[in-house]
Amino acid sequence: MSTNFAEKTQLPSYLRAEQEKIERVAREAGLDFFPTVFEMLAYDQMNEIAAYTGFPTRYPHWRFGMEYERLSKTYEYGLSKIYELVINNNPSYAYLLEGNSLTEQKLVMCHVLGHVDFFKNNFAFRSTDLDGGQGARDPMRRQEPFEPPRKWIDKMANNGQRVRRHMDRHGQAKVEEYLDHCLSLENLIDPFHAPAPRRRPWTEEDDEPEAVEVPRLPAKSYMEKYINPEDALARERERLEAREQAPKTVPERPERDVLRFLLDHAPLERWERDCLEVVREEAYYFLPQMQTKIMNEGWASYWHSRMMTEKIADATDILDYADRNAGVMATSGGRLNPYKLGVELFRDIEDRWNKGRFGKAWDDCDDQEERGHWDMRLGGGRAKIFEVRRLYTDLTFIDEFLTFELAERLQLFTVGYSGRNERWEIESREFAKVKEGLLRQLSNGGSPVILVVDSNFDNRGELLLRHEHEGVDLRVDWARECLRSLTRIWRRPCNVATVVEGKPTLLRFDGVEHGARGYKV
Amino acid sequence: MSLKIDQDQRRFRQIVRGKVRENLRKYISQGEIMGKQGKDVVSIPLPQIETPRFRYADRQQGGVGQGEGEPGDPVGGEEGEGEGGQGKAGKDGAEHTLEVDVTLDELADILGEELQLPDIEDKGRSAIKSTKDRYVGIRRVGPDSLLHFKRTYREALKRMVASGTFRPGEPLVVPIPDDKRFRSWKTQTEPLANAVILYMMDVSGSMGDEQKEIVRIESFWIDTWLKKQYDGLEARFIIHDASAKEVDRETFFHTRESGGTMISSAYRLCAQLIEDEFPSDEWNIYVFHFSDGDNWSMDDTMSCVELLKTRVLPVVNMFAYGQVESPYGSGQFLKDLREHLGADPRVVTSEIKDKDGIVASIKDFLGKGR
Repeated sequence: MSTNFAEKTQLPSYLRAEQEKIERVAREAGLDFFPTVFEMLAYDQMNEIAAYTGFPTRYPHWRFGMEYERLSKTYEYGLSKIYELVINNNPSYAYLLEGNSLTEQKLVMCHVLGHVDFFKNNFAFRSTDLDGGQGARDPMRRQEPFEPPRKWIDKMANNGQRVRRHMDRHGQAKVEEYLDHCLSLENLIDPFHAPAPRRRPWTEEDDEPEAVEVPRLPAKSYMEKYINPEDALARERERLEAREQAPKTVPERPERDVLRFLLDHAPLERWERDCLEVVREEAYYFLPQMQTKIMNEGWASYWHSRMMTEKIADATDILDYADRNAGVMATSGGRLNPYKLGVELFRDIEDRWNKGRFGKAWDDCDDQEERGHWDMRLGGGRAKIFEVRRLYTDLTFIDEFLTFELAERLQLFTVGYSGRNERWEIESREFAKVKEGLLRQLSNGGSPVILVVDSNFDNRGELLLRHEHEGVDLRVDWARECLRSLTRIWRRPCNVATVVEGKPTLLRFDGVEHGARGYKV
Repeated sequence: MSLKIDQDQRRFRQIVRGKVRENLRKYISQGEIMGKQGKDVVSIPLPQIETPRFRYADRQQGGVGQGEGEPGDPVGGEEGEGEGGQGKAGKDGAEHTLEVDVTLDELADILGEELQLPDIEDKGRSAIKSTKDRYVGIRRVGPDSLLHFKRTYREALKRMVASGTFRPGEPLVVPIPDDKRFRSWKTQTEPLANAVILYMMDVSGSMGDEQKEIVRIESFWIDTWLKKQYDGLEARFIIHDASAKEVDRETFFHTRESGGTMISSAYRLCAQLIEDEFPSDEWNIYVFHFSDGDNWSMDDTMSCVELLKTRVLPVVNMFAYGQVESPYGSGQFLKDLREHLGADPRVVTSEIKDKDGIVASIKDFLGKGR
């Protein structure tokens, strides 16, 4: 089937000409993108590819079918239309919808090149290099020309083949049911060590017994015996020694990458291990896209608007373009639009760095009059946004660059559920709260942080996970379902320590029944 | 063109079928399916099937939005989709529902599986077929009146492009006789309706809206099941109070009369209809009668029994009587029927207390396999 995919790459010549022109303009503007292949698809093919998240071949799974059904329905009812789809691959593939107007196609091509530049240059995407980013940890340094191996189309197709083979052997229903369980745990990966922390090889020195050193509080010599009394130090030493002697747990330290832990330690059949590996690999592939949604869309929108209005759109295009652009940037129903938020942030950063509105002098200035006219004519805005697109993810982007003024201009607010009125309401427009809300939404991809703590809990081979509770409870019914999935994979009872309505609670599933009891880690 | 996604979609539909089956009883008693009925399919609202994950409890988490409004104002609207199709902005509060299309055939299957309905025995009556010509194909020869212009010009264009005589600057396409394509037909045999359902309903003052709703829901499911069993199915409708008349489906479910009830009037009309239009050696005949069980007089009830015995029962597959409980009805008619005709295997009676009783009553009616 994949051959038929490559055959479709023939773009009509008028679009090919546009593509060349747009790529030239983009290069002149400083964008640096992978070679990009545009394909023209009919709407049903577009819906298919979109249901497969942009890839021509994935493993068989019903949820792709569900997504396809949803996309087809909303398209047929005229509720939505996918304009643009691009995947992080080298070379990059992007899809154009057959029947869109020429203006729309130009707009999409400009937008896509912004995305591809982002894929290539943002450091978070290094984790999708199939050579593991050559261990690159310095986001500013890389070998030029930069041609990372990102053959994800092939990879996904191979993963599909792996799963299909297991289905042929073990039955589709069985494998699919298992995949459902794996997908329930998909978000239990470690966003900071994508895709896998290389374990330092074990050396003999690691086994050297270390002298237990008791930390002392800093004190002047004459105060020493009062601040660090001998008997307290002795007690502390005893405690530390006891901890050193205590039986070790597996994992030694709590581990974020639960999927990896399961791969290493769960009693899996070979096909089960293989499927879980597929799910984990793909989860890591999509991770940077989740981490940079606002930036990525903002960056692409920034560039489509610049390129279209300055170089690409002609007089016949411009109204149509403005209409489409307004549709993309619209904020309705109180929803936050990542396109809008992202593009405004990038423009704001460019403006601030052009005018020198940053640093201590700016921060310390309280005079509204002076702030309003502040312009040091530094002209460093363009360079700054290119640096930002390389070094930040949504979390740090919002944290560092969302200013009070911008939040006010964008009319941001926090939303909360009012139990009294049984509806969602605007909670507050206070800047600190808005920012906190945004950051929480972006931390860990909006998922709770869950670690695997012990694989021999209660000395009964049970798995213990811990939810790092930061004020918001887990959705308990779903947590129970996830425990069920974990138990399927671990084949022993599984527990998660969390907090439910203020009480430390241990949720447990033993393979038959769900349980909950008070428990403190 | 077949797409790779087709098999995933098929899997999804299988799962949906399972869900529909799980909730079938709910759908039946709430009657929500029928409002969404198309020609061959019904749309069934299902809660979106989601993969459970470790997630925050929505209502505690809140979110960030954008737009006009003061604190305390409601935030409206459903969660929509961004351009990229992967939008995840704002709150994820609203429950998503999924509308899935299920064909009536499939629905009947599900109903059959869930209620364990037996297939209807073959009565050995010859199915009547008729033939019909349909224009389904294309031929190279034919009369000019059947010339297919689009195909003809397409052939001509193909030929000209292939032979290099087509000039894009001057796109003139001239068909030659070889390019001509004609519509062609096939003769198909079509089954003619060979089963008929005669619905009768009491529309006297004592039958309220709720009672009629129950009849409506129940007849929908009976229709669906019998349609599955017979290639062609006709339905006729008779309403009655003190006198009976034949009406169309729409009128049947929406008429409200007042006045007394003479059930025999309906049975007489029904018997007449069968004798005039549905000879029993060609038709499988099903008679359903719904009422609240209140009849004018004992005399009339006796003439009903008489009518059934002599003119109706001998020719039908089944006579079904459904008694819908209403606050005004005495419910006496059911007892009388049971007393006089209870032994006849063609007579099926059922009492429907409320909407939740519909499922059991469908099972009563269709569980016999007649």
